[in-house]
Amino acid sequence: MDVLFNNLDLFGPFFLRTIELFVLSAVGSLIWGTILAMLRVSPVPVFRAVGTAYVTIARNTPLTLVFAFFVFAYPLLDIVKVDYFPAAVIALTVYTSAFICEVVRSGINTVPVGQAEAGRALGLTFAQILGQVVLPQALRSVVPPLISTLIALLKNTTIAAGFSVAEAGAIRSYLSERGENQLVGLLWVALGFIILVAVLSFVQRSLEKRWSVAR
Amino acid sequence: MRIRTLAVGLLVGGLTMTTMTACGKEGTPATPGSGDQSGSNAAAALTYPVATGVDLAGSPVFAKMKSAGALTVGAKDDQPGLGQKDPTTGKFGGFDIEIAKLVSAGLGFDPEKITFRTVDSGAREQTIANGDVNYYVGTYSITDKRKALVSFAGPYFIAGQDLLVRKDDTSITGKDTLKGKKVCSVTGSTPIQKVRSENLTEPGNIVEFQKYSQCVEKLLSKDVDAVTTDDAILKGYAAQDPDNLKVVGQTFSTEKYGIGLNKDDKVLRDKVNEILQKALDDGTWQKIYDATLGKSGSQAKKPTLEKY
Repeated sequence: MDVLFNNLDLFGPFFLRTIELFVLSAVGSLIWGTILAMLRVSPVPVFRAVGTAYVTIARNTPLTLVFAFFVFAYPLLDIVKVDYFPAAVIALTVYTSAFICEVVRSGINTVPVGQAEAGRALGLTFAQILGQVVLPQALRSVVPPLISTLIALLKNTTIAAGFSVAEAGAIRSYLSERGENQLVGLLWVALGFIILVAVLSFVQRSLEKRWSVAR
Repeated sequence: MRIRTLAVGLLVGGLTMTTMTACGKEGTPATPGSGDQSGSNAAAALTYPVATGVDLAGSPVFAKMKSAGALTVGAKDDQPGLGQKDPTTGKFGGFDIEIAKLVSAGLGFDPEKITFRTVDSGAREQTIANGDVNYYVGTYSITDKRKALVSFAGPYFIAGQDLLVRKDDTSITGKDTLKGKKVCSVTGSTPIQKVRSENLTEPGNIVEFQKYSQCVEKLLSKDVDAVTTDDAILKGYAAQDPDNLKVVGQTFSTEKYGIGLNKDDKVLRDKVNEILQKALDDGTWQKIYDATLGKSGSQAKKPTLEKY
C-alpha cells in the first residue's frame, strides 16, 4: 500500500496520460481503420492496392519502429513540427488502424451479398450501400475482435514511455530511482491495467447484448 | 540530402532504441585505433598486481567467487569514458570498468577472467540481491534509500548533476537559466525528477528517452536545448564531440558513486574499501582517471571513502 500512496503523484497523472493516449488513438484508429476497410473493398483497383499496401506495411512493422520513425526520423524532414504526445497518438493510430481495418473487413464479409444487391436494385450508390446497409451490419458482428484490438492498443500505449510521454509505462523507472520496491509498484501498475481492461470488457458485453444479430 | 539525413535518423533511432546490441559480429575486426574515443585502448595499458592468498571468512559472495573461479560484474555499456562496450570487439572500457578490474585484482582474481554483464539502472538492486552479479560498478549513486536494499563500498568517484549544451549556446549557464528551454534526460532518472520537482523548466519542456545517446542526438538536431545528468557522463559525450558540445560546468548536486554489493556482506565491503583506499593513496586511482575520464580535460576530485 505504501508504494501506491507514497507515489500517488506518479500513479495519478501517469495513468491519466495513458487514458488520454488510449482514447485519442482509439477514436483515431476506429475512423482511419474503417476508411481503410472501405478502400480495401472498393470497386476501384487503385484504392484497393493502396489499402492493401498500407495494411501490409503497418501491420508488419514493429510498433517501436513506428514510434522511432515519428520521434527520431520524421523531425529531420522539416515538414510540420509535432510534439511527443501527438507523435505518440499518430504512431499508435497508424499501427492500430491496420488491425482495425482487417477486423472491419472480416465483418463486411459476413454481410450476405443479397443485402448489397438489394441496395443496388433500389438504386443506391456504392457509398450509400456501404455506409447505410453493409457497414452497420458489419460492425455489429465484429464487436469482440474489435474490442480485443482496442485492449491490445491500451497495452501498447506503454511503449510511449520510451519516447518521452510520461504514462503508466514510465512508472517503474521513476520508482526505481526513488528507491521504492519495484515489484510492488509493478503489481499496482498491473492492477491499474486490469481495471481499465475490465471497463472495456464491460463495454464489449453490453454492446454485444444490444447489437446481437439474429440470423 | 534530405533522404540521407532521414536515413541517418532512422538508423540512429532504430539502433539506439534496441537495448540488445548486436554481439560484435558486424564486419571484420576493426583496425586498432577505431575504439580510441572509448578510452579502452589507452586503458589497456593499465595493469593491476593480482593479490595472492586472499581469504575472506564470513563472506558468502566471496565464497561463491572462489568456487566459481571467475567473476561476474555488473556495469553500464553505453556511457563513454565510464562504462562502454566497444561494438566491434565486445570489450568493455572506461573508468568504472577499470575500477572493477582493480577490485578484482585486489580480491585475488585475474581481471581477464571478469565477465561484464550489462545491467540497466532499473534492475540494479534486484540483480545484486539475486546474486546474478558479484558486484556492480556503473555510475551507481550512494543514497540512503538504496542503502536499505544493497551495500556500498566507496565512494570511488564524486560527480554532480550538470548540463550538456550545444557549443554555440551561451544562453544556458546553469540550472537557473533553464526556464523556457527543452531539457532531456533518461526516463524517470533522478536528474529529470529533480528538474520536474524543482520546476527548473516548464513541464511541457521536459523530454525523456531511454538512453542518453538519444538525448544527445536530439540536442545536436536542436530539438532539445540541454541534456542533464551527472557531469561525469556528460563529459564523456563532450569529449566525443568537442566541436559541437560542451558541459556548462555548474554542478548542482553531489552524486557519490559506490560499488554495489550484496546487503550486509560487511567482510567483503571492508575488503573492497581497503583496495580502494590503497589505490587512492598510491596513485593508481589518479592513473586510472587520467587514462579514461581525464581525457576530457577536466580535473579529478579525489573522493573520501565512507566506511559504515
